[in-house]
Amino acid sequence: MYCNKIPDKPVDNEKIWKKLDDLARANSLWITAYGTGCGAIELRPLHTSRFDMERFGIAMRPTPRQSDVLIISGYLSVKTLKRVIRVYEQIQDPKYILALGSCTIDGGMYFDSYNTINILDRYIPVDVYVNGCMPRPEAVIDGFILLMKKIKEGKAVGWKRYKENLEYYRKNQREIIRNWDLPDYNW
Amino acid sequence: MTRLLVSVILTSLGALVYGLLLGGVSRVITASIHGRIGPRLTQNFIDLWKLFRKESSIHHGTMFWMAPMFRLTGGIGVLLLVPIIAGNSVLTNMSFSGDLLLVLYFMFFGCLGMALGAGDSGHPYAVVAVSRGLLQMSAYELSFSAAVLVLALGLGTFSIENIVSAQQGGILNWNVFRFPFATAAALITFLPMNMTYPFNIVLAPQEIPIGPPTEYSSRFLSFMFSGRAIFGVAKLILFVNLFFGGAGSWSSLLIKTFLLYMYPLFVSPVFPRFRTEQSVRFLWFVPTSLVAVDLLRVIL
Ligand code: SF4
Repeated sequence: MYCNKIPDKPVDNEKIWKKLDDLARANSLWITAYGTGCGAIELRPLHTSRFDMERFGIAMRPTPRQSDVLIISGYLSVKTLKRVIRVYEQIQDPKYILALGSCTIDGGMYFDSYNTINILDRYIPVDVYVNGCMPRPEAVIDGFILLMKKIKEGKAVGWKRYKENLEYYRKNQREIIRNWDLPDYNW
Repeated sequence: MTRLLVSVILTSLGALVYGLLLGGVSRVITASIHGRIGPRLTQNFIDLWKLFRKESSIHHGTMFWMAPMFRLTGGIGVLLLVPIIAGNSVLTNMSFSGDLLLVLYFMFFGCLGMALGAGDSGHPYAVVAVSRGLLQMSAYELSFSAAVLVLALGLGTFSIENIVSAQQGGILNWNVFRFPFATAAALITFLPMNMTYPFNIVLAPQEIPIGPPTEYSSRFLSFMFSGRAIFGVAKLILFVNLFFGGAGSWSSLLIKTFLLYMYPLFVSPVFPRFRTEQSVRFLWFVPTSLVAVDLLRVIL
């Protein structure tokens, strides 16, 4: 049972709280615990005493409903892309995407694979790319710090881009997912 | 009337701020046990604000909407029914004689509301967690109610105010020394009430992801967080009133509640989670037999 309504285009009319909101959002990033590709293995150390991501206010959430960030941690197969779309659309606005590894940037070493995508930004709006194969936890933290900076400056607006250009993203997604059976929007 | 309203609002806000701060302190201490730096002390406030200002476009029905309100109301209800500082006319709020029974009822009001809301969300994990939660609740409620009954029988009153005044005049008059077994049992039930390890089979991260609130997002979640913070403080004050001599001044209130809040921190970071049947079996036998000792002492 789900609602099939296409979301409204985002409107910006609450300027008063914006600064405070952005500050709070940047300092309280909750990640959906979801891993793709090789990179998921590099996310685990972030919890540990050595890297300690909690000091930045970053925490893992087991459900997309409660999180703000979706990490695409490496190559993304077409089959997984479908799940990623579902998860991404279930996250409540504002939401951000952090893409790890060269695979998400240009396909990496899987550039000519028959079943992985090459440029992630064509399918879902990426806010920050972290390059490397595989980026080490330090690099991931660096990516987070860049994301926090972008949020504070009001520049991490991938979620707005997605809603405004939903037809464009849908067209690209449908092109690559052959057995398309998703609803118009996954609430 | 206006005075009562102002006092209700101020008490709830104060409890919210104190509860969130205590949560921050516990996160920092847990982090230092792990050898980490840990989050800021104010992290919970930041999280709350962020959640409150996020979009909430998902809902699953009336009960789903109401559950966070139930939680908040349950927390505020308990808070208002216990005298916060003994003898202070403003902070006595709505406590009247015979209030202990009402408080006992209100303590489980929020949990029941949450159970209905989680059921309405239709998420399978939420339903699993609700059945676990109700089972565990029935296990610890027995020994907690029995511990309260020991106090009521021993002191001959159901009024929290009278229980507090019966404990005045020296530390040895505190119920923790008069009824040590009942207090121990109540302190054990304090852990599952606060859903801390090893009894957190309801939220059980990594197992049934996060239990009842799985489908709750944004504003709903912020209300639930606030409800939990307020309820946490209300429970601390209730325990201080029942077993630790009540609080005659702000400083003693803060010190006692803070120390009581620290107690689960000595247990939870070092214990793994019980399985459901282990938890229920433990709660059926250990605190219940402890409280039985004092109950027999009081009756005979
Ligand atoms: S970038 Fe390298 S490590 Fe990451 S998914 Fe691709 S191949 Fe694996």
